[in-house]
Formats: sequence, C-alpha cells, structure tokens
Amino acid sequence: MADRILAGHGSGGKLMNEMIGGLIRRILGMESVQLDDSAVLHTETGKIAFTTDTFTITPIEFPGGTIGSLAVNGTVNDLAVMGAKPLYLSCALILEEGLETAVLERILVSMRSAADAAGVSIVTGDTKVVERGKADKIFINTAGIGILEGMVQRRPIMPGDAVLINGFIGDHGIVIMALRNRLSFSRGLISDCAPMNGLIGSVIAAFPESVKFMRDPTRGGVASVLNEIVKGADFGIGLAETALPVRDEVRGVSGMLGIDPLYAANEGKVLMVVRGEDADGIVEIMRSLPEGRDAAVIGRVSGDYPGRAYLETRTGGRRILPLLIEEQLPRIC
Amino acid sequence: MNNDNIRELADAFRSLRLKRDLRIMEVCGTHTTEFFRTGVRDVFPEGLALIDGPGCPVCVTPNDYLDRAIEIARVHGVTVATFGDMVKVPSSYSSLAAEKAQGLHLEVVYSPLDALEFAAANPGIEVMFLSVGFETTAPTEAVAVQRARERNIGNFSILCGNKLTPPAVKALLDAGETRIDGFILPGHVSAIIGVEPWRFAADSYGKPGVVAGFEAYDLITATTTLVRLIEAKRYVVENGYARVVRDRGNPKAREIMYTVFEERDAHWRGIGIIPDSGLALRDAYADFDAWLRFPVEPPPAREHPGCRCGDLLRGLILPTDCGLFGTACTPENAVGPCMVSSEGPCSAYYKYGGL
Amino acid sequence: MCLAIPMTVKRIEGTRALAEAYGVEKYVDIVMTPDVAVGDKVIIHAGFVIERLDPESAREIEAAWDEYHRAMNDEKETGRPDGA
Repeated sequence: MADRILAGHGSGGKLMNEMIGGLIRRILGMESVQLDDSAVLHTETGKIAFTTDTFTITPIEFPGGTIGSLAVNGTVNDLAVMGAKPLYLSCALILEEGLETAVLERILVSMRSAADAAGVSIVTGDTKVVERGKADKIFINTAGIGILEGMVQRRPIMPGDAVLINGFIGDHGIVIMALRNRLSFSRGLISDCAPMNGLIGSVIAAFPESVKFMRDPTRGGVASVLNEIVKGADFGIGLAETALPVRDEVRGVSGMLGIDPLYAANEGKVLMVVRGEDADGIVEIMRSLPEGRDAAVIGRVSGDYPGRAYLETRTGGRRILPLLIEEQLPRIC
Repeated sequence: MNNDNIRELADAFRSLRLKRDLRIMEVCGTHTTEFFRTGVRDVFPEGLALIDGPGCPVCVTPNDYLDRAIEIARVHGVTVATFGDMVKVPSSYSSLAAEKAQGLHLEVVYSPLDALEFAAANPGIEVMFLSVGFETTAPTEAVAVQRARERNIGNFSILCGNKLTPPAVKALLDAGETRIDGFILPGHVSAIIGVEPWRFAADSYGKPGVVAGFEAYDLITATTTLVRLIEAKRYVVENGYARVVRDRGNPKAREIMYTVFEERDAHWRGIGIIPDSGLALRDAYADFDAWLRFPVEPPPAREHPGCRCGDLLRGLILPTDCGLFGTACTPENAVGPCMVSSEGPCSAYYKYGGL
Repeated sequence: MCLAIPMTVKRIEGTRALAEAYGVEKYVDIVMTPDVAVGDKVIIHAGFVIERLDPESAREIEAAWDEYHRAMNDEKETGRPDGA
C-alpha cells in the first residue's frame, strides 16, 4: 500500500480494495468484517441486516437531492440489495463551524422526506461541530438496520444468467461532474437519488428464487460492480453497448470531460444478476414502477473470458471493462 | 458514405486482405485510446499492426518538467492549476497526487481560462498553470496569457511545456529505428495546423498519411484508406476528417499561438532534444513565465532504470514488451507516464488489452 | 491530447458563446473562430471553439450516423444482447 492515503483510496476502485483488504479488515477482523453491502447477523428471532455509510459530497445540494437524501437512500439501498426490508436508520452529523442554519434545515428536510418515501424511521443520531476548515460544510453518517424475512438474495451465478438495471446509467455522477465543471443542461438533468427497496421488494415477491445478486452501483459505477462480481469467477460478464440505457446529457458530459458513464455513480439504481429465463418478467415488473420505467437487460453472464467484465461495442469489437483504478478526473487528452 | 451500419463497416474492415504485413503508426494519443475504446482495434484485419507514436503529451513530457513544477510549489507555495491528465503522472521522486496528499494546493481545471478565473478570484495566491499539450491546446493557453495581461491578473503564470507534433514524427523517421509504413495523423492537431505540415512524410520519406477523426467510423475509414494508399504506393497525405480539418488549418488560432509563444528546441522523453519542437513564452510575455518568476533548483531528474517508455514512444516496442509492464508498473503504481496517462499506450494496453 | 467534441452555437456574447450538445450547455470562447454564427456546429477543446464543422461534410456524416442510430434503435427494441 502507498505510504499515504491518496484521494484515489476513496474512489471505490482498486486502491480502495487494497486498503480494505490489506489494512482495515486485516486489523479489524477478516472473519467478522463482512464485505457485502450489509452484514447479515443471526439472532434468536431471525436474521437482520446491518450497514453503515458516510457521505461527503461537493456540492451538498444538487438537482435531484442533497447530501441528506443521499445519506438516507444510500443506506436504505445497501440494506435492500441484500433482500432485507430496511426499517431503522441512525443519523450522525459532522458540521463545520459557520455552516448556515438554513442550509442544514434544508438538508434535514430532504432527509426526512427521503426516509418517509422509503418507509424507514430515523431513530437515533449524533452531532459534532468541528472548527472551520476541519470539514467541508457537512458530513453525514447513517447506519441502518433491516430484517431479512426471506433468503439473502445471493445465489450462485452461472453462464446464461442475465444482467439488468432499472434505468438510465450514470445520472448522479454526471450531474455532480457537470456542476463542478460549470456545465448546465437545457432540458434539465437531475440526480437519480431514490430508494430501491420498493422496487426490489416487488421483484422478489414475484420472483423469489430468481435473483442471484444485486448491488446499487454507486461510487465506481456499473463497471466496478461487474468487476466485483467476476473477480476470481469461472465466468465473465458481457455488456452490449447498444443495450445500455444512457441519457443524451450523460453522453454529452462524458464526451466533454473524457469520462465513462459506466464508471459514474448512480444513487437510484440497482444492478441485478438474475436467472436468464426470468429476465424479461423482471424487467416487466420494474417497468411497471416509476423507478424502473427504463429498466433493461444490459448483458449476459457467459463462459467466455472468465473473470472479466467486457463490453461488446457498436462495431462488434470487444473491449475489457477494467476495474477503475482511481477517481475519474476531467481530462482533455 | 453508403454504409448505413457501423457493424457492416467493421465486418468489411476485419476481412480486408492485406498484400503483406503492414505497420502503421497512430501519432495521436487520443487515437491510441479510441482504437481500443470503440472496439475497432479488436476488428483489425490480419497482418495490420498499429504502432503507438509520441502523441500523448503527458507521456512525452520529461520528468524534469514535473520535478520543476513540484519544486516551485514546495519552495514558493504556489497553487498548481492543471488539466486532470497530469495529476497522477510520476515525476522523478513524486507526483502531483502524492504531493497533494502532503499539502500541495492543486486545482484541476477543464480549461486554461478556468485557471485564470481561479487566479482572478483569489488575488492573494499565486496560481501557476501547467501549460502542456500540442498544437490543439497551445492556442487555448496562449489566450489565457493574453487575457491575464489584458485584465492585469498578476498572480497568474504558466510553466510552459508545450510541444509540436510534426518535428517529432520527422525525428522518428530520421532515426529510422523501426519500420513504419504509414501514419494515422492527429485530427485535432491538424484542425489547427492543417494538412500541409504533414506532407513531408509522404514527399520526403515515402510514408502516406491520413488525418483521422475519432469516431469508430472515422477510425475504420481512415485506416482502410491508409492501407489502400500504402499498397498502391501512393505517397500522399489525405484528409479523412474534412468536416473539421481545413487544408490550411485555423490561421487565427496559429496567429494567437505565435503571438504569445515562439518555437524552441524541446526535450522529449525517450527521443531527446528535437530542434524547434517546443514552445516557450516570447520575451514580451516573460512576466507570466513561472520558470522565471519562481527560481528553483530541482534535484537532478532520474528515470526508473527498467522503464521503457522512451522506446515505446519511438515505436520500437509494444507496451507488453517492457519487463515492468503489469508487474512493477501498473496504473495504480506507475513507473512511467505511459502507464498512467489516460491516453498512454501502456495504460490503454493494461486496461483494454486483457481479452 | 486531443479530446474535442462537436456542439451547436446557441447564442453569442462578445468573445464567448453558449454552445449545446446532447442537452448539455456550456459557455465557450470563440476568439479563435471570430466568424462563428448562431446555429453553427463547432468543435470544442478545453473550453474553446477550435474550428467550425463544415456543414457539407458534416451533413454527409450525420446522415450516415442517423441511419446508423436508427439501425441501433431498431436493434435495441427487438434485439437481445447475448453478451457473448
């Protein structure tokens, strides 16, 4: 590992994985620290899922959400992708001295409405105020608890399985990149920030045995999730470029700044690996819901290129989708 | 333009029958990446090899440039404004990313004008912009300097490391170290300089060239045209990107560029000093020259002994021929710039070459 | 170092213009292409218009691309990615 923590250690890519494996879990407990989106804990009355996430973002308010709604939905989604029903959240605030109270109020209002929309309650919290310059306006940590009524939605993945997503790729990450680089949108583009527990619940209710894996492709985007799935596996995953739901605006910003939407963060998306024969049925269910209107099958699990995520491009050529190494910076090369 | 389907075009391209094996060089680093990213590299016809040229400005920038930038930031406490491309590039002893973790003030910008605005908004701090890039980028940097003068923004300066591409191609041909049958020429550099400055390759060296755009369509048609020219022994330079590139380029952009900059010998990684291949600020703009404004003595530059970026940039080897490739040198722990720059050949091979 | 993209000029304000592509808007500098006009397609690099797109050649390319996009969309509606 590097001598010092670099920005790239926080970007959801290879550097972060090294830090988690080589430092954090090694010391805190290889066995006890679970790597999945939530830890699954067995109690006498059943299974619960438990997770925590800390949110830092610039800007703290953006089209489609705030750091507050992000903090609620992010934790709700980490529980939901395990197949758990999210119930309770905590909220810890780290506030920078000088933050405007009106801003904090807006953020709290957006947290509350996100919690209401997701059907969860915020039941405990903590606040700290740090000296000016020691934090960037506001950092939020949320922890969440959900109950697992049925099975954990993790089953062996095999060739023939389908990969699907509930809508357009990269909206959140691209909105943020655009704001930071003084780009605007003529027709408006907003973050996709939304809770996924309703949609996931509907899918599992109709297809209780079909989902092999789910994850919310946040930091690091769709390509990073695919890389986690195929790591060390005897199968590969191929996406079809022509099948990817990507908005024009997302394509536009990506082209301008030299970034790839497959690596841009999503905050209201779930990527599913499902039994191939159920893919169309699941997409149909998703499309009947507002948060899944643009759902699509985007790829397949195959026996080709084991351990690799790859893209079949418009030309019919194939290229690998590597694990993102560091954060994406706007570039001109 | 009767192909209504890129896939059909790609299939036709893949089944091209070459009369003999050919080696063509893509000069531009953006082409290096786009050949992979679009999947066009995957449908190359048998017997056609694509050699990566010296067209990644980050890659050809020698270590002493970044060493100086870092030393200036350390000694004079200036804020470094840069394109995102330079952030992770290793210098002799460090990188901007590593220095940032230790307190260097770094401002990543999309345009040189953003760096100027940052300086204007923060009059209390010195802002040094890392002016790198080829003919496409140099005029934008020249404008930033002109505007700094017009608006009297005294806390803005640039560290000039700009380079010119035709002299590098000529240097490769003169060195004659590797067989190159023809060139895919850079589209956006040519938008500024035009087609004319490339004709020497065809006229004096018998190497045809095609100026290419960046879509899959452009790459396939330009490469097909180049193969045809080589096989027909037609030593000409064709413009395959006529929707953007005029034969005489953009004279206004060049006028701006040469008002602010003048040509000077420049040091290219791996190639060495090439006469008149770089740009420096003219005396009239010396006020904005970070080199003069912030005197430093950087430690002597050093290269990693095993790093073969230089050989690669001369077209002598493929990334995979380097002993460090993928082992000691990976994008997250790069030894040479070709592995870390977004358009570096090693980075492209490492990221996309695994299938 | 050549990433540059086509946009359309919407409005001109002195030495800068508001340009648009795919619903994305950005102010760009037009000092290198002083004769640029509203409605022109232009190529943007590092916040500057570096050249105008030639309407004739651009139209040809666009027609080809429209065809291609139509073909792609048909494929998206009826086709199934096999990921293989």
